[in-house]
Amino acid sequence: MLRIQNLSKRFNSKVVLDDVSFEAKDGENLVILGRSGTGKSVLLKCIVRLLEPDSGQIFIENKNVLSLNIKELNELRKQIGFLFQSAALYDSMSVRHNLEFPLVRNFEFTPKEREEKIVSVLEKVSLLEAIDKMPSELSGGMRKRVGLARAIITEPKLMLYDEPTTGLDPITSKEISMLILELQKSLKMTSVVVTHDLLCAEIIADRAIMLNEGKIIFDGSLEDMTSSNDEFLIQFFKHEILNKSETTNV
Amino acid sequence: MARRRLSYTYQLSLEKRITEFFIMIAGLWTFSVQFFKYVFVPPYEVYEVRKHMNELGIRTFPIVSVTGFIIGLVVAMQTQPVLARFGAESNLPGSVGISIVRELGPVITALIFAGRVSSGIGAELGSMRVTEQIDAMEVGAINPFKFLVVTRIFACTFILPVLTVYVIFISLFGAYVAVLLVQNMTFEFYLGSVLKSVEFGDAIPGILKTFVFGFIVGVVGTYKGYTTTNGTEGVGKASTTAVVVSSLLILIFDMILVKITLWLWPTV
Repeated sequence: MLRIQNLSKRFNSKVVLDDVSFEAKDGENLVILGRSGTGKSVLLKCIVRLLEPDSGQIFIENKNVLSLNIKELNELRKQIGFLFQSAALYDSMSVRHNLEFPLVRNFEFTPKEREEKIVSVLEKVSLLEAIDKMPSELSGGMRKRVGLARAIITEPKLMLYDEPTTGLDPITSKEISMLILELQKSLKMTSVVVTHDLLCAEIIADRAIMLNEGKIIFDGSLEDMTSSNDEFLIQFFKHEILNKSETTNV
Repeated sequence: MARRRLSYTYQLSLEKRITEFFIMIAGLWTFSVQFFKYVFVPPYEVYEVRKHMNELGIRTFPIVSVTGFIIGLVVAMQTQPVLARFGAESNLPGSVGISIVRELGPVITALIFAGRVSSGIGAELGSMRVTEQIDAMEVGAINPFKFLVVTRIFACTFILPVLTVYVIFISLFGAYVAVLLVQNMTFEFYLGSVLKSVEFGDAIPGILKTFVFGFIVGVVGTYKGYTTTNGTEGVGKASTTAVVVSSLLILIFDMILVKITLWLWPTV
């Protein structure tokens, strides 16, 4: 489904991604872990060409993303869902219009079909009661759910999540992670989840990648990653477990 | 040593500012070209344009009404003693009318519009940029430039002339109030005097240049907002600089357009 080959990206003199290569198979849940500022979000933005990489190749369903013109790229983007860190809901639109927006712009559904789809995705994320609310009236967790609903309403084949649980309390964080897993199973999408939340990774991951300073330092199962003897991985998980226990105690 | 370091820092800051200035000019030019590239391409965002025109009109309506009235009043109050000195008080309605129609109405309205609208657009698009809403549109295969930028520039370009015509009438009314304070004149007589002095050729260039001013306000506001960086601090900066740049450009283009008008129609 998704293949990244030797991807590199730098901002001025700072190398953010350094020769990154990996693959995500059809229906797989791939979790990319790493400390803040190691290039995880940049990687996701390169995949959808919000950022142009300096070198390397990106293939989605065997199409070279970097060689597509804008029209072809937009056709491909219709098959990709993206959940932003801040959910990125359109402030000036109600929940209904946020969900309706991509359907009106990119597809030819009748108003009745659109309404059915909106109701259906909002039921999936358990937020039907918020259909006429404005984004400013929603909590952080609700915004994430609506963002998720907007991303899946077009039934994408590939779903990209940028820190889906950041800024949420542990309970809501777990609920969002469970929801992502449920949706992935029911819609049979390929998912790439960027996070530094270990709990989220434990719930979602079929496979995990660890990024450090723009390089992949581990690619395998999460169990193998957590039991690795690599000094960086030991430190990373030690801090994550400490953080987790602190937030749980709070 | 300290003075040399200060001078070096100042030089660096000056170089940075000059570079930023040229980047901005190039950006504004690109935005203008992109506008004409997309404005004729379907789908036409009629609903969005109408919505923005309504919002911009309503947002600016109260302030231009008050300012227009006061400007008319003050101009008439200032002109009256000067004309009285030359025994030409009867020319007051005509001379005030020409000033308002040809220059004051269009420029004052454009400057107020720039202050109110350009900053609003800069802040709105800037916050959309920093909260990744523009990225979300792009990832959703929606052209954010066409949806957010083209519609706003179009709305600004066409709502400003409407507001200008309104402000001209309000200013003329303000001037009449000032005239009433010193002379006993009916409104019909006053309006007749104004219309006798102000020719069609006075009004047209004044109104036409407001299309250019509206375009400037739209382009500067959207450019500053759309290219916002550095989070919320950047949003504030975008909003402020949008007002400064658009006001300055309005005055520069006014100078150019007045010169062109006088060159093309010397009798106007």
